[in-house]
Amino acid sequence: MSRFLRLVARDLRLSLRQGSDATIAVMFFVLCVVLFPFGVGPEPNILARIAAGVIWVAALLASLLSLERLFQTDYEDGSLELLSLSPLPLEAAVLAKTLAHWLVTGVPLIVAAPLLAVLLNMDAQGFGVLVLTLTLGTPILSLIGAIGAALTLGARRGGVLLSLLILPLYIPVLIFGAGAIDAAINGLTPRPHLLLLAGILAAALPLAPWAGAAALRQAVE
Amino acid sequence: MPVFAGSELTCLRGDRLVFTGLEFRIAPGGALVLLGPNGSGKSSLLRVMAGLLKPLRGTLGWDGVSVADDPDAHRAQVQYVGHLDAVKPVLTAAENLAFWAALAGAADPAANARAALDRLGVPHIAGVPGRYLSAGQKRRLNLARLLAAPATLWLLDEPTVALDRAAIALFEGLIAEHRAQGGMVVLSTHTDIATPGGENLHLDEFAPYADEEAGDEEVGDEYEEEGAGP
Repeated sequence: MSRFLRLVARDLRLSLRQGSDATIAVMFFVLCVVLFPFGVGPEPNILARIAAGVIWVAALLASLLSLERLFQTDYEDGSLELLSLSPLPLEAAVLAKTLAHWLVTGVPLIVAAPLLAVLLNMDAQGFGVLVLTLTLGTPILSLIGAIGAALTLGARRGGVLLSLLILPLYIPVLIFGAGAIDAAINGLTPRPHLLLLAGILAAALPLAPWAGAAALRQAVE
Repeated sequence: MPVFAGSELTCLRGDRLVFTGLEFRIAPGGALVLLGPNGSGKSSLLRVMAGLLKPLRGTLGWDGVSVADDPDAHRAQVQYVGHLDAVKPVLTAAENLAFWAALAGAADPAANARAALDRLGVPHIAGVPGRYLSAGQKRRLNLARLLAAPATLWLLDEPTVALDRAAIALFEGLIAEHRAQGGMVVLSTHTDIATPGGENLHLDEFAPYADEEAGDEEVGDEYEEEGAGP
């Protein structure tokens, strides 16, 4: 097994044994969305109209929850120093840890999203695109979040700082994610939105590990 | 086997100069013991040697090839043991160790981990999760990394903290064996670790402005041979 996969496997094993991260993210996601009918009122037309935006905003917030701990525990117990000294490039280590984070917190969101769409009375035409946008979008959230998590390492109240730093950067993902679903529901083609999302993912895939590794080098110095 | 050496090393932490103009040289089989009061830069020097910390000035290299030119080759030759034990509480001791061995490129990490724990005298903790290990057991587990993922140069920052007498004696034996095979060891310590034939490096000699305080009789006398050795 390659070093990259070893690190992914270790992080998955750590998350599964600790057990909390994955369930917390998806529970938060579900609860967050379920609150809306109580606040806005159970009017089906209103819920159907805001469904795409609500699900996407809830997904953003849910993915933020566990980001703070992406590098925190490795930083505190000295593993990060050893990782940066290992033959595995630090950029690859950041990508491996981000991939593990996405598998644990992002994939459950994608699975839960169609159920919430039913709950919010979303038009069935949007379901496929909803899953597609989340599949393209949640890895972007994890990648951008990894930069923030690396930058706020060692900061006091890093979690709050991380949210302030990262949420503005999530805006394009939110716009194109929700936009694609709205387009599909209104009978337009979601293709341009999806292409833009895929473009952001293609850019984030090399850039985020690179920026994250640079921030981690500062943190261990 | 190559020689690891540094010259004119200057280290800045925050806005404080920790040491300036530091020189050292370690030949295969050599040992360098870093001595000095708290805050004299022992840990900083070890981090500089590991490549975790960039020196403000000066060069560091293997046989004249600078570490900055070939960081990958440097990392492949170094094992660093710092103050933190890097033990994951939910993984067992063997899993913790096997992960680091695999990351270093061991062919059979699980077997390496078992053998290393045996050598450190703690085969019984292999299946114990990290959170149930005592401080001394965690330290032994961290030192076992040196054996599970072999490297030429061991950088050890106060490696005997939390170890009992028996473990210290055992560890001295491991250092001697590593050096007999041509390995190199740099360690900082406040207790005595026997390193026969090793050199001492007094970091307070390289403290900035030390010349003004102590006069310049120390110039050119960086090393002190530790005479006694069996």
